[in-house]
Amino acid sequence: MTTTDTPVNNGVNVEALLGARTALTEAPEAAAFTWRATCEWQNGTHSQSIVEDFFGLGEEQRHRTRYSFEADHPEIFASEDNGATPVEYVLVALASCLTAGVAAVAQNREIQLRSVSATLEGSMDVRGILGMDSDVRNGFGDIKVSYKIDADASPDDIKALVAQSQKRSAVYDIITNPTNITVEVN
Amino acid sequence: MRTTTVVLGGGQSGLAMSHCLSARSIDHVVLERNEVANSWRRDRWDSLRLLTPNWQCRLPGHAYQGDDPDGFMMASEVADFLAEYAKRIGAPVIGGTTVTSVRRTEDGYAVGSDQGEWLCTAVVVATGAFNVPAIPAFAEAVPSNVTTITAMDYRNPDQLGEGGVMVVGASATGVQLASEIRRSGREVVLSVGEHVRGPRSYRGQDIHWWMEVAGVLDERYDEVDDIVRARRVPSMQLAGSDERATFDLNALTAMGVKLVGRLAGVRDGQAQFSGSLRNKCELADLKLGRLLDTIDEWAVTSGQDGSVSAPHRFEPTRVDSSPRLGLDLTSGEIETIVWSTGFRPDYSWLEVDVLDQKGMIRHDGGVVDSPGMYLLGNPFLRRRKSSFIDGSRADAEDLIVELSAYLDRRASSSTR
Repeated sequence: MTTTDTPVNNGVNVEALLGARTALTEAPEAAAFTWRATCEWQNGTHSQSIVEDFFGLGEEQRHRTRYSFEADHPEIFASEDNGATPVEYVLVALASCLTAGVAAVAQNREIQLRSVSATLEGSMDVRGILGMDSDVRNGFGDIKVSYKIDADASPDDIKALVAQSQKRSAVYDIITNPTNITVEVN
Repeated sequence: MRTTTVVLGGGQSGLAMSHCLSARSIDHVVLERNEVANSWRRDRWDSLRLLTPNWQCRLPGHAYQGDDPDGFMMASEVADFLAEYAKRIGAPVIGGTTVTSVRRTEDGYAVGSDQGEWLCTAVVVATGAFNVPAIPAFAEAVPSNVTTITAMDYRNPDQLGEGGVMVVGASATGVQLASEIRRSGREVVLSVGEHVRGPRSYRGQDIHWWMEVAGVLDERYDEVDDIVRARRVPSMQLAGSDERATFDLNALTAMGVKLVGRLAGVRDGQAQFSGSLRNKCELADLKLGRLLDTIDEWAVTSGQDGSVSAPHRFEPTRVDSSPRLGLDLTSGEIETIVWSTGFRPDYSWLEVDVLDQKGMIRHDGGVVDSPGMYLLGNPFLRRRKSSFIDGSRADAEDLIVELSAYLDRRASSSTR
């Protein structure tokens, strides 16, 4: 790791995260979180989703403010393009999860980051969602993430940061592993 | 029956402790469900060989004396080695004794068995950490046309049907079974999650020699960043063979074994594999690189650099550009699934409140969270080599100090 005169600061409070880990070892029930989103159809393929409250540490929690997300399809699908497509939100979720992970792992390993940028591409054969060929899956065929990282560390240490971030990433896990989904209509 | 210390289990750890107890004239018995080294003799596959070299088979007051120090014992030879040790040290082994309960008494422990009850002041749990196969919950969703077998019940490829085999898990066990089954001519798919890559030899020396001299095997449990994690790391992909062959994923791919990601679930007869294979391989390659860096640094600082061949790095693990994410288990492609998803200890007889939420014994370097109780033989108990024969030696020699100090404290408080 690096030794500099100024302490490594990536803006991540690792002590707090490690403290949370200790606390949750003693009270694992507090680790049960529920994340929520609500969604309201607007018109056509346009919808608006809201994220505001969640459950964790044994009680209801609230974000600092209410966040809203417009989702739609682009005009080439005869839509109005009022927002990103849902699959682009998946890329956004993956990118932001991995990037947060890179910062947290770097802080924990005392690696000073100067810049971190990621470019994501999800390839998709839309014949799947159009129901044209049952052999074509609906989702991404594959996802490519490309990181450019400037940091006080060797290339292998930087690679290890990104690898460890994938290992601990919730969104990476959600995308790579099956998850049971229950959809009800009330 | 009454004795000072009861040792549970007559494997390498129990016998090493027996020797240490005898050396301090501490009255004890070693209770063994069958005969010495039972797991080595009965509970493993036919071709299993020790993955540490013979010269590293050291126990307190005993070491390998044969004419092949760089070779690797067969499991039956390990059992003979341990039986000879038991005889030489005169270990008070009571065989054919199945322990049914261990509970606290006012002044120690009561050990119940099918041969009667022992009362004692101290108990050493040396029953091993690999008693029962750990199988994922979704195993029951495997369709009935597929036969499943655990690594504990597997003996040799003749047991299996002629069709394709999916080996689940790529620890030392998984890669050895995948390789052997592939060599029998069957198609083999290997499901790979987190794994530890290791070459058999590096710079002309055995990897275990390097890990010993560079201090890796002696790394202590209170020196690692995250001991909980370190204790759960899968075994390094190694095997003992006359050819000193490397059993990493590239070697298996070259044999025609097909790699897929971690088996994440079985739904509607479809095996679903994680898309994380590339990252798992990258993590293992990076970890191997760090191990080799440590070795190379040691070679320089110890002045050995000139006496061994030059440093080099191994080819990164080859992964298909798009590994399969699913496999139809009803199609007949796979006739057998071999679960090599790890083992866990069986503490069903333990009636002392020392188990954590995962069913593992709470302990600090083998000193169990119950006065006078000690644990031996578990992965990274006190050091990285704790689960190896040589680790039994080091750990028993440490824990006898704790155990005899406890007996002394007890003796001085009762005479006061």
